[in-house]
Amino acid sequence: MGSILLLVVLAVIVLWVISAYNGLISLKNQTVNAWKQIDVQLKRRHDLIPNLVNTVKGSMSFEKDTLQAVVDARSKAMASGGGVKETAAAEGALTGALGKLFVVMERYPDLKSSQNVRDLQEELSSTENKIAFARQLYNDVATSYNTKQQQFPTNLVAGLAKAEHAELWEIEDQAERAVPQVDLSLQKPQG
Amino acid sequence: MTAGANLFEQQARNRRLTVAWLVLFILFFAWLGFGGDLALYLAAAARTEGQVAYRFPWIGVVVTTIAAVTAWVSWRKGPQQVLWSTGARQLITPQSFEEKQLLDVVEEMAIAAGLPRPKVYVIDDPDPNAFATGRDAPTACIAVTTGLLAAVNREELQGVVAHEMGHVRNLDVRLMTLIASLVGVIVVLSNGMGRMLRGGGSLLGGRGRKASGPLALAALVVFVLWVITLILAPFISRIMAMAVSRDREYLADATGAELTRNPAALASALQKIETHEAPTTHIKEGAAHLCIADPLGRDVNLKEGRLADLLATHPPMAMRITRLKGMAFQQLKAAGKAPTA
Repeated sequence: MGSILLLVVLAVIVLWVISAYNGLISLKNQTVNAWKQIDVQLKRRHDLIPNLVNTVKGSMSFEKDTLQAVVDARSKAMASGGGVKETAAAEGALTGALGKLFVVMERYPDLKSSQNVRDLQEELSSTENKIAFARQLYNDVATSYNTKQQQFPTNLVAGLAKAEHAELWEIEDQAERAVPQVDLSLQKPQG
Repeated sequence: MTAGANLFEQQARNRRLTVAWLVLFILFFAWLGFGGDLALYLAAAARTEGQVAYRFPWIGVVVTTIAAVTAWVSWRKGPQQVLWSTGARQLITPQSFEEKQLLDVVEEMAIAAGLPRPKVYVIDDPDPNAFATGRDAPTACIAVTTGLLAAVNREELQGVVAHEMGHVRNLDVRLMTLIASLVGVIVVLSNGMGRMLRGGGSLLGGRGRKASGPLALAALVVFVLWVITLILAPFISRIMAMAVSRDREYLADATGAELTRNPAALASALQKIETHEAPTTHIKEGAAHLCIADPLGRDVNLKEGRLADLLATHPPMAMRITRLKGMAFQQLKAAGKAPTA
C-alpha cells in the first residue's frame, strides 16, 4: 500500500517537472523569437536610411549636421554587438537622430509635399512603429519568462531548463520616454 | 501579466461557445425536422386509429443533413462569404498613400500582437467602419471602408486596427463569423419552411376526416410548438448573436488599447465613426455584429437599459469612449503626468 502511494507521488512529481520544464522552454523560445522580430525590423530600418538621406540631401544641403548624425548613428548601430543593452543604446541613438531629422524636415514645405519623400517618411515611421511594437512584445514575453523562472515552484526546474534571466529592452533616451499629449476632455460625442 | 491569463480564458471561452453554437444549430434543425415528422406521425395515427403507414422520418433526416452540411460550409467558407457579401476587395499592392498606410498599420499591429499578418480588405463605402473575420489567426482578414481611411489619422487608424486585431487574437473572429453565417441560414430556412407550411398545411389539419382523442391532441401540441420555434428562431438566434457580440466589443477595445498603449487614439476614432451617422450600406444585417460600430446606425445602440441590452449589437458608443478615456487617464497617472483635478 505504502509503495503504491509512493509511486503515485513520484509519478505526479515527474509529470509536474516535465510540464514545468516544457513551459519554461516554450517561453524561452518565444523570447528568442520575439528578439528575432525586433532584429528583422532594425535591419529594415538600416536599409531604408540611405534612401532617405539620398532623397533629402539635395534639398537640405545646409542641414549637414543633422544628416551626418543620422548616418553616423546608423553605422554605429549596425556595428554594435548582439547584446540587448548595446543594441538598445545604439538603436535608441539612431531613433533620436532620425526624430531630429523629421523635425527639421517639417521646415521644408517642398520636401513635405514631395510624394517620394512622403512615401519614404511613411515607410520609415512605420518601421519605427514596428520596432516599438516588436520591442513591446519582446519585453512582455521576456517579463513573463523572467517571472516564471523566479516564481516558486517553477524556479526549482529553472536550472534544468538552462533558463537565464532575459534582459529587457529599456528606453535610454529621455526624448523617447516622453508621453504623448492626449485630449482627456470627457465630452459626449455629438449625435 | 494578467492580460496573458485573460487571453487564454477568453480563447477557451470562445472555443466552447463555438462548439455550443454548432450543436445548438444542428439540434434546432433536428427538432424542426423530426418534430415535423412527429406531428405528421401523430396526426396520421389519430386518423387511422394506430394503423400508421407513415414510418420513416424523412423530413428529419433530410433537414438535419442539410443543417450539418450548412454548418460545415459556414465553418469553412464563412469568412469568404462575409467578405463577398460586403463587396470587399483584397489589398495587395497599395494604390494610394492611404492604402499603403493601412497595410503598414496592420503589419505593425500584427507585430504588437505577435501574430501573422492578416489579409487586408477594403470596402468602397463612404461610411467609416471596419470588421475582422476568419477562423483563426493565420486565416484572419481585416476589412475597412474607404470612408474610414478618409476620416481618421494614422494613430486613430492604428487604434481601430488594434481593436480588430484584438478580435483576431481573442478568437472572437471564429465565433462571430460562424454565428454570422449560421444566423443567416436560420433566417433563410425558417422563412422557407414557413412558406412550405402554408402550402402543405392541410396535411396536418385533418379536415378531410374527423380526428379526435389524445393522439390528435398530442399532434396539435407538437405542431404548435413546432410552429412557434419556426417563427421565433430568427429572432432568438439574432438576440443570441447580439449578446455574444456586445461584451466582446469592450474586450476588443481593451485589447486594442493594450496593443497600441494609446487608448485615447481609439477613443477619438470611435468619436469620428460615431459622428458619421449614415449607415454603411455595403454591410448587411448579417455581418453587423462583426463591425467596430453598428453599420446600420440603429438608435438602440446608443442607449442603455433592458431593451437596448437585448437588441443592440454594440455597447453604447459613449460608454466605450468613456472607458477608453479612463484607460488613457490611468496611463497618464502611471507616467506621473496626470492633471491634478
